[in-house]
Amino acid sequence: MTTLLHPPSLEIPLEPARPPRRSRTKRLLGYAALIVAAAAILLPFYWMLMSSLKANNDVYTIPVRWLPDPVVWKNYVDIWHKSDMTTWLKNTLVLSVAVTFLQVVTGSFAAYGFAKVRFPGRNVLFLAYIGTIAVPWQSYMIPQFILFSKLHLSDTLWSIVALQAFGAFGVFLMKQFYETIPDELLDAARIDGMSEYGIWRRIMLPLSVPAIASLSLLTFVTTWNDYLGPLIYLRSHSLWTVQIGLKTFVNSYNAEYSLIMTGSVLSVLPIAVIFLLGQRYFVEGIATTGLKG
Amino acid sequence: MTSMPMVRRGRGRLVLRNTAVGWSFLLPNFAGFAVLTLVPVALLFYYAFTSWNVFGGAEWTGLDNFRQLVHDHSFRTALTNTVYYTVFHIPLTLVAALGLALLLNRKLRGVAFFRTVAFFPYITSIVALAQVWNMLFSPSYGPINQFLRAIGIAHPPGWTTSADWSMPAVILVGTWREAGYYMLLFLAGLQTIPTQLYEAAKVDGANAWQRLLAVTLPGLRPTTFFVVVMLTIGSFKVFDLILVMTAGGPGQSTLVVSQYIYQKGFIENQFGYASAISIVLFAICFVITVVQFLINRRGSEA
Repeated sequence: MTTLLHPPSLEIPLEPARPPRRSRTKRLLGYAALIVAAAAILLPFYWMLMSSLKANNDVYTIPVRWLPDPVVWKNYVDIWHKSDMTTWLKNTLVLSVAVTFLQVVTGSFAAYGFAKVRFPGRNVLFLAYIGTIAVPWQSYMIPQFILFSKLHLSDTLWSIVALQAFGAFGVFLMKQFYETIPDELLDAARIDGMSEYGIWRRIMLPLSVPAIASLSLLTFVTTWNDYLGPLIYLRSHSLWTVQIGLKTFVNSYNAEYSLIMTGSVLSVLPIAVIFLLGQRYFVEGIATTGLKG
Repeated sequence: MTSMPMVRRGRGRLVLRNTAVGWSFLLPNFAGFAVLTLVPVALLFYYAFTSWNVFGGAEWTGLDNFRQLVHDHSFRTALTNTVYYTVFHIPLTLVAALGLALLLNRKLRGVAFFRTVAFFPYITSIVALAQVWNMLFSPSYGPINQFLRAIGIAHPPGWTTSADWSMPAVILVGTWREAGYYMLLFLAGLQTIPTQLYEAAKVDGANAWQRLLAVTLPGLRPTTFFVVVMLTIGSFKVFDLILVMTAGGPGQSTLVVSQYIYQKGFIENQFGYASAISIVLFAICFVITVVQFLINRRGSEA
């Protein structure tokens, strides 16, 4: 298993140096493949950004114009007037932060129980947790909706918090990490008279900062991007998140191509920034939880 | 055994104490998890045998919902479409992800940058992506069809406006979006293959292709297994991508099982019937996962 403490270098050379000529052709081929793949992945993002800066009539042209001319910055002003973008962004931010906080706290707390305290039934219970990761949410969204309605959670922001905050994923990720921390360390603390809660708070939490970073970023992004939860639970316009708002905006202004792209850029931008700042933690979080599944 | 301060009176008390401490750690998460996930899953198996719509409560009707399901043409269409999506999405994504991983596993400049790029679609919201792709796929003015015309295809497909081409369009976007995520898993898997194996194969005179077949692919077996399981479940439950890109259309050409559940449950308020469809989805995912585990176990014993 990959540990988060010592992430593997992802660029271990598989082949030592070869005779120069063949390796040069191979390298060139490699670069060509890289460039083609990168272009294929990035092109839709480029189109999004570029169209968001065009006049509406310039979005579809024959042939395609790859640079906006003139550059219409006004789109980025208009979008705030024509839509409730401010409300949407605010709701989404509140939800993402609340869910992330709860998921990290309850997830790491439970993970300590699973990883470092031994008691009967622990492993069976953990299997039940992991098992539900493989159960598609789509298959129990109906009874969950009925239950939430009876608890008077539907059409409140709490419904989304409840939906996302207690996932098994966080427990799983944190447990994987905690198991790499040697028991001897905890035993020493126990001998010094520290309680299990103290150990979690004073030893485990500080040591697991990289894992917490991974979990926080992944949870934040998942909540930010969630479309189905808000679609089902948030009926009042004042509660809408950016995904649901954007989709409605698209439906009502379906010919305003450049504004639609402006809204899309705004909905993606925070995630892009977070991702670029913390991409290391994304990669490690994925590698840790992916491998042992 | 983690050595708690030993109490002389014996193991019984220690076990009891550990159990109490252990549960106290689990409780905040487990309480939420049990109420919000386990209870709905259990309720599902009750609702599916009831007729329940907006009028009145759940009334036990036995297997009626399932009988209705057998003769439901829309359900059959949804199931066929889901299988269609799955059958193409899994191999395409698998090959793309593995190809990208092998490419990135070499010593080239810019590999770190590319890894970032490849993963980006996966963490971008599906609503924004669907809008961009729908515009790119636009039949008359979209860049994709302009490109196809430029290379000599006089009548390029209508993509999301055509019943025949909407599913391929959705599959293409699904693969484009997820390949980077599975690439990361493959990259991590590649690190676990010992370098000595490659050196030994080279000493034996194996060329690059033979090394791929004899060392890399067998070494990636556990990763591949995990990726295939994740991809299968992911494909069968595909929903938001389709909902925002085509909303199941044109006609029912991209209607999938998850969306049919949504439609019956939340639009038509037939909770009982929608639960029955949910059980089918649940069962499909469950059976396929179990079968894959069995095949994997037999394969690794051989």
